[in-house]
Amino acid sequence: MASTSSKAASRKTGPKKQAKKSVDGPTRFTKEEEISAYREMLLIRRFEEKAGQMYGMGLIGGFCHLYIGQEAVVVGMQMAIEEGDQVITGYRDHGHMLVTGMDPKGVMAELTGREGGYSKGKGGSMHMFSREKNFFGGHGIVGAQVPLGTGIAFANRYEENGRVCLTYFGDGAANQGQVYESFNMAELWQLPVVYVIENNQYAMGTSIARSSAQTNLSKRGASFNIPGEQVDGMDVRAVRDAGQRAVEYCRSGKGPYILEMMTYRYRGHSMSDPAKYRAKEEVNKMRAEHDPIEQVRLRLLEKKWLSEDDLKQIDKEIKAVVNEAAEFAQSSPEPDPSELWTDVLADVEA
Amino acid sequence: MTVKVLMPALSPTMEEGTLTKWHVKVGDEVKSGDVIAEIETDKATMEVEAAEDGTVAKILIDEGTENVKVNEVIALLAGEDEEISAADAEDAPTKDTAPKTRPGQGEVTSRESGEKTKTERERPKVEVKSDPNIPEGTEFVTQTVREALRDAMAEEMRRDDKVFIMGEEVAQYEGAYKVTQGLLAEFGDKRVVDTPITEHGFAGLGVGAAMAGLRPIVEFMTFNFAMQAIDQIINSAAKTRYMSGGQMSCPIVFRGPNGPAARVAAQHSQDYSSWYAHIPGLIVIAPYSASDAKGLLKAAIRDPNPVIFLENEVLYGKSFNVPKIEDHVLPIGKARVMKEGSDVTIVSHSHGLTYCLDAIAQLEKEGIDVELIDLRTIRPLDMETIITSVKKTNRLVTVEETWPVCGIGAEIAAEVQAKAFDWLDAPILRVTQKDVPLPYAANLEKLALPSAEEVVEAVKAVCYR
Repeated sequence: MASTSSKAASRKTGPKKQAKKSVDGPTRFTKEEEISAYREMLLIRRFEEKAGQMYGMGLIGGFCHLYIGQEAVVVGMQMAIEEGDQVITGYRDHGHMLVTGMDPKGVMAELTGREGGYSKGKGGSMHMFSREKNFFGGHGIVGAQVPLGTGIAFANRYEENGRVCLTYFGDGAANQGQVYESFNMAELWQLPVVYVIENNQYAMGTSIARSSAQTNLSKRGASFNIPGEQVDGMDVRAVRDAGQRAVEYCRSGKGPYILEMMTYRYRGHSMSDPAKYRAKEEVNKMRAEHDPIEQVRLRLLEKKWLSEDDLKQIDKEIKAVVNEAAEFAQSSPEPDPSELWTDVLADVEA
Repeated sequence: MTVKVLMPALSPTMEEGTLTKWHVKVGDEVKSGDVIAEIETDKATMEVEAAEDGTVAKILIDEGTENVKVNEVIALLAGEDEEISAADAEDAPTKDTAPKTRPGQGEVTSRESGEKTKTERERPKVEVKSDPNIPEGTEFVTQTVREALRDAMAEEMRRDDKVFIMGEEVAQYEGAYKVTQGLLAEFGDKRVVDTPITEHGFAGLGVGAAMAGLRPIVEFMTFNFAMQAIDQIINSAAKTRYMSGGQMSCPIVFRGPNGPAARVAAQHSQDYSSWYAHIPGLIVIAPYSASDAKGLLKAAIRDPNPVIFLENEVLYGKSFNVPKIEDHVLPIGKARVMKEGSDVTIVSHSHGLTYCLDAIAQLEKEGIDVELIDLRTIRPLDMETIITSVKKTNRLVTVEETWPVCGIGAEIAAEVQAKAFDWLDAPILRVTQKDVPLPYAANLEKLALPSAEEVVEAVKAVCYR
């Protein structure tokens, strides 16, 4: 990292130029991109449906927050980053893990609290990590991942490694004070971090209108001079476009960027939430008109890139992957009792 | 009427300082508020203002004089109607006026450093055993705790370019307590980073940087402000290794002054030893001497775990022998027997030891032979050293500036009764801060804190004397 104070001094004081959105709608995907996005999103959806079932069977304990409905956000963003870029998020994290390439078996086995889980069964749904895939968690305290992601970006600047950190958080976390402490430092020190606000309209049971004085969360960085934009988070192509703009901006050393993903979760906040705070019609309307997977499916059929049979085949393959994960998650043994005492502290290197 | 100009105090804990410069000479007329002199300590300088109008009649302390005691008369001012020659230190009717002071470099309201303390100056010498971790025949240099901490950081930053320090006022200001003096000049602002006043944010940022492979030292101006950041310290720094099944590392040091300072009242006077000692996944260190401060801070920076390094403001300016070793690193988790004895064991840490050393001097006169243990590391607690000592002396008193409820003494007492019950000849007694928020009033503050008298009393009680 170059000197922090000189960066601060040379910082532009006026509002920055916002990256231009295309007027013709999102950039079209190639056939390969559409198919890839379809598979990725479908994997998350089927995985989450299975997790929901297993929770109902008592195989998964505690809190379990499903990502169903929001799949386009992580899939589109992942298409915008490069190998080596980092990802960090809160507790609705299964989709983020799958999309970074983490093994569904290891993720599901962590949900069931088994030895074969990513955290050896010691973390659970909200606390999983993969150094190999640059996934930094999986954090259970609302908003706590925001300073952490900013710190990862600080390390990127310090090491001058050209990496960008995607820091995801929800519309609920957007009201935490530490988010703004992070915004301030990220802009002050020009840190390469994309803040991806997944606005699914509800902070647990409280709608954004009832919790936020400024409901346009893309403006939340305005007083720090951080550019922001609202994105159709149900359209994977729009997400990738915006992601590329944001990532390029950060990687070129201009500092942080905010993307507010307008998205929707079909399920309750967690498995124990019946979601009585919103009308069933609202959910049904979103599913019928904006489903991120259905949008891609229709395009694939329309362009005749895939037939119904091809799609069924993909569905079958994904189901097989998810079933395999579910089986592994049930057959993997519980952690050895000796694991109780391991991993509290690291051993000091000799 | 002649007015005495007195040596002012820079901080509530300052006892003496250097009179660096006179801005006036005998015969000069001064108005109230004029800057007449400059004083300094090892961490701060301050301008001295005249408190009254008058003419400088006499300068009693030359500029450049060191160790001028607070409240010593440094000059005399003759009143407006007075002949200069009439002004005289002894004969003329005088009025004591401590000059108004103006904060200069280094001064932070209620965040001020301590200099030499009264207890330290008056304390009779107790012979302290040499540290067995330091090889015999080692040469020593005299250093303050403040300098030792600075050297520890500088040495580790030279050794490993992933080590950096961040915090409020650590760079250009060189530390609110001047612990980071000279670091910006040597390492530049990439590695010595001034933060906004944003504890929660920069603590979390530091943890994220540590997870990404750097080795941050996060300075809290005092640990009182770390309460703003405690979620990141506990939930993110301490627990992530476990929750990740050992995948994630968080090599970070959170350091800064901890514990009661002097006359700064309840929000700025709190010992957090037991708060952090409660948390699995943290290492907690609270050194007393400059040698331990240096050796343990170096160890803390190299440790792959999150370390809470609790310094003490009152001890910063205190001088100790520090070994002249190229790489003075001490083991974490080892207590030190500071003095061997046969009648009773006292266990303490950090500034609590000052009460113990005072008490021991008095107890020696009364023929009670005390074994004194400095915990140095609070988590993990070196119970082995304590148990070994208790099995020898059969009596135990714990001394700490923490509150009694769920304090360090409570933990030690529980462990000792479980592991050395049959060796105890008396109940274990605790000397602690009283179970109240620390009051501001000088007399109440003194009553609230532990004292040498209380230590003496407790020791006599367990010795049935």
